[in-house]
Amino acid sequence: MTAAGTDSAVLEPTTPVAYRVAGKRKEMGDTWTLELEPVGDQRLPGFLPGQFSMLYAFGSGEVPISVSAIAGGSGELTHTVRAVGAATGAICDARPGDQLGVRGPFGSVWPLDAAEGGDVVVVAGGIGLAPLRPAIEQLIAERDRYRAVTVLCGARSPDEMLYPSELQDWREAGIAVETTVDSATGDWEGRVGLVTKLIPLAPFQGERATAFVCGPEIMMRFVAAELRGRGIPPGRIHVSLERNMQCAVGHCGHCQLAHLFVCRDGPVFALDRVEPLLGVREL
Amino acid sequence: MRVLERKSLSPLLEALRRRGYEVIGPTVRDGAISYEPLSSADQLPVGVTDEQEGGTYRLAERDDGAVFGFNNGANSWKNHLFPPELSLWKGRRDEDGEIRFTEQEHRGGPYAFVGVRSCDLAAISIQDRVFIGDAYVNGDYESRRRDAFIVAVNCAEAGNTCFCASMDTGPRAGDGFDLALTELLDGGHRFLVEVGSERGEEVLAEVGSSPAEPRDVAAADAVSEDCASQMGRELETDGIKELLYRNVEHPRWDEVSERCLSCGNCTLVCPTCFCHSIDDATDLAGTESERVRRWDSCFGLEHSYVHGGSVRQSGKARYRQWMTHKLATWIDQFGSSGCVGCGRCITWCPVAIDITEEAAVIRATDRIEAVGINADD
Ligand SMILES: Cc1cc2nc3c(=O)[nH]c(=O)nc-3n(C[C@H](O)[C@H](O)[C@H](O)COP(=O)(O)OP(=O)(O)OC[C@H]3O[C@@H](n4cnc5c(N)ncnc54)[C@H](O)[C@@H]3O)c2cc1C
Ligand code: SF4
Ligand code: SF4
Ligand code: FES
Repeated sequence: MTAAGTDSAVLEPTTPVAYRVAGKRKEMGDTWTLELEPVGDQRLPGFLPGQFSMLYAFGSGEVPISVSAIAGGSGELTHTVRAVGAATGAICDARPGDQLGVRGPFGSVWPLDAAEGGDVVVVAGGIGLAPLRPAIEQLIAERDRYRAVTVLCGARSPDEMLYPSELQDWREAGIAVETTVDSATGDWEGRVGLVTKLIPLAPFQGERATAFVCGPEIMMRFVAAELRGRGIPPGRIHVSLERNMQCAVGHCGHCQLAHLFVCRDGPVFALDRVEPLLGVREL
Repeated sequence: MRVLERKSLSPLLEALRRRGYEVIGPTVRDGAISYEPLSSADQLPVGVTDEQEGGTYRLAERDDGAVFGFNNGANSWKNHLFPPELSLWKGRRDEDGEIRFTEQEHRGGPYAFVGVRSCDLAAISIQDRVFIGDAYVNGDYESRRRDAFIVAVNCAEAGNTCFCASMDTGPRAGDGFDLALTELLDGGHRFLVEVGSERGEEVLAEVGSSPAEPRDVAAADAVSEDCASQMGRELETDGIKELLYRNVEHPRWDEVSERCLSCGNCTLVCPTCFCHSIDDATDLAGTESERVRRWDSCFGLEHSYVHGGSVRQSGKARYRQWMTHKLATWIDQFGSSGCVGCGRCITWCPVAIDITEEAAVIRATDRIEAVGINADD
């Protein structure tokens, strides 16, 4: 039986839908942004900020990748991928016109509505800015729903700072954007140091703020501690976790973190649900 | 309640086959009881029993002609509802780079499972919750499970590694069956039959049975009570979730991991373990691919692999994942224990690690003050 139709309910969630690479842009050394569009009539339901797809490079493997931009109902999908291994390497090698398999949307979302009326602070480490970008774009599009909005980005080096031109656009759109690098090279004149160091300076009031954090797990733990120190309650600090994912629908067991299925209950979690779990080594 | 004569077993299997079911039941295969497709009642393990202990399994003869006089072997009904290997789809990439995915037809079934033990009946309903009890329904599992006709057979003797009574899953089947049999040997070889569904009633009518006498009912009650009093193992479940959550850093995890070979036998034989990997195979030309679902085990390093290394590097972390999942996190995930007390993991562990012993040691040395992990739901 070939899966047919546009109703996602008739599709097995384990079967990909063919998408074509419509556009491709190099972000930095090994990181590319791909614009995908459905090949046939079949298209996936719309993605929300924080959700991810399972991207399949024919013959090379399938991996979880977050949406890095949200198109307005056209069925297009944007992903920013760092080539670190076989599957991500093949995805980044895809040329315009090539086809990929996509499953999704999966997982939980950045809770933008719940943040309404307060300050919002977004903290990204490296490629972690990609899953946060749709949230930042929505914060800007609906700027008057929020008070102070701040984006803090850390990267290992200036060359690894993702979306440099967007960072400038966001500043112009009326939100605070601060960057830092672990080690400066070339003509970097900005800050040097870990992203945690930007938190004490950021313009938000803890008791009315919501935080969205994505980056390496160790970075998120330090950032979370710093944000708590500034008075944000753990229930309003949200982190996006990474685990091995194969089915993405809570059936294969690979993404378990204690009682949680990261694919289904996450990947975005409020810190109070996961903080004690992240503190246990090799859980 | 009804009584079925010993000689009516073959007509029962015939009646199920006539209704279009593929009959799966116990038979001797490779020196163990195994649930396999049966073409005739002659394949049932008449006069066979098993001797089980931690790390050992052996078949033996019995002279009373019992048809179901054994406990569980290594495999379980999960081998049929959730097969070890299943092709999900085939993919094709043509010369223009067009890719196309063709889902595999759902095959398998309708099955009649004959000889389902009470613990395994509980295991089936646990896997139901995993695969068809949530937002995403696993279509293949659903199609195999939906029409399955279940003939439960209550155990008459508990094995040395059994502890279903502790887990409240046996030894007598309570519900979830079409027919439930209790084998009675004294006073004429026969079966007391409880009817659990309309179709069960219909099948029984085709085969022919007689009304149960009070002595049949009493004999069956005695069989189940006897069995319950003979459990080879015991596991205290009171507060077990909190116990294991609090003892996530207990030194016992290190000790048991020194014996554990990380072979994964316990997860393969466990009737509730559902972990699987999703593997792709592609031909050399890169034009044909196939996606296959395969049983996987949390004892493998790749199970928790993320780019840069596995989350659970140590054997200790992997043993802790297994046992904590079975007895604790499962409760938060699916509302019941993930262990039904069938004892397979004890019997089939090459070094005889025993889940009941490990849980008891942790309970005896409970670190009451430890913070451990908590769960919110
Ligand atoms: C929810 C989520 C969102 C993500 N979003 C992005 C994103 O937007 N951009 C991006 O560049 N990366 C993202 N990642 C990380 C990305 O999935 C991994 O880099 C990728 O899986 C590595 O696979 P590989 O085959 O290239 O690498 P290898 O190291 O060669 O991995 C081999 C195989 O191991 C498994 N595997 C390895 N790492 C992971 C992993 N992290 N998660 C699951 N399975 C893994 C896969 O089956 C993979 O094919 C995300 C991960 C998760 C869980
Ligand atoms: S954990 Fe062991 S005793 Fe419990 S259900 Fe699984 S195999 Fe049976
Ligand atoms: S995580 Fe381990 S114990 Fe849990 S279902 Fe998977 S294989 Fe079984
Ligand atoms: S990825 Fe399969 S259960 Fe989460």
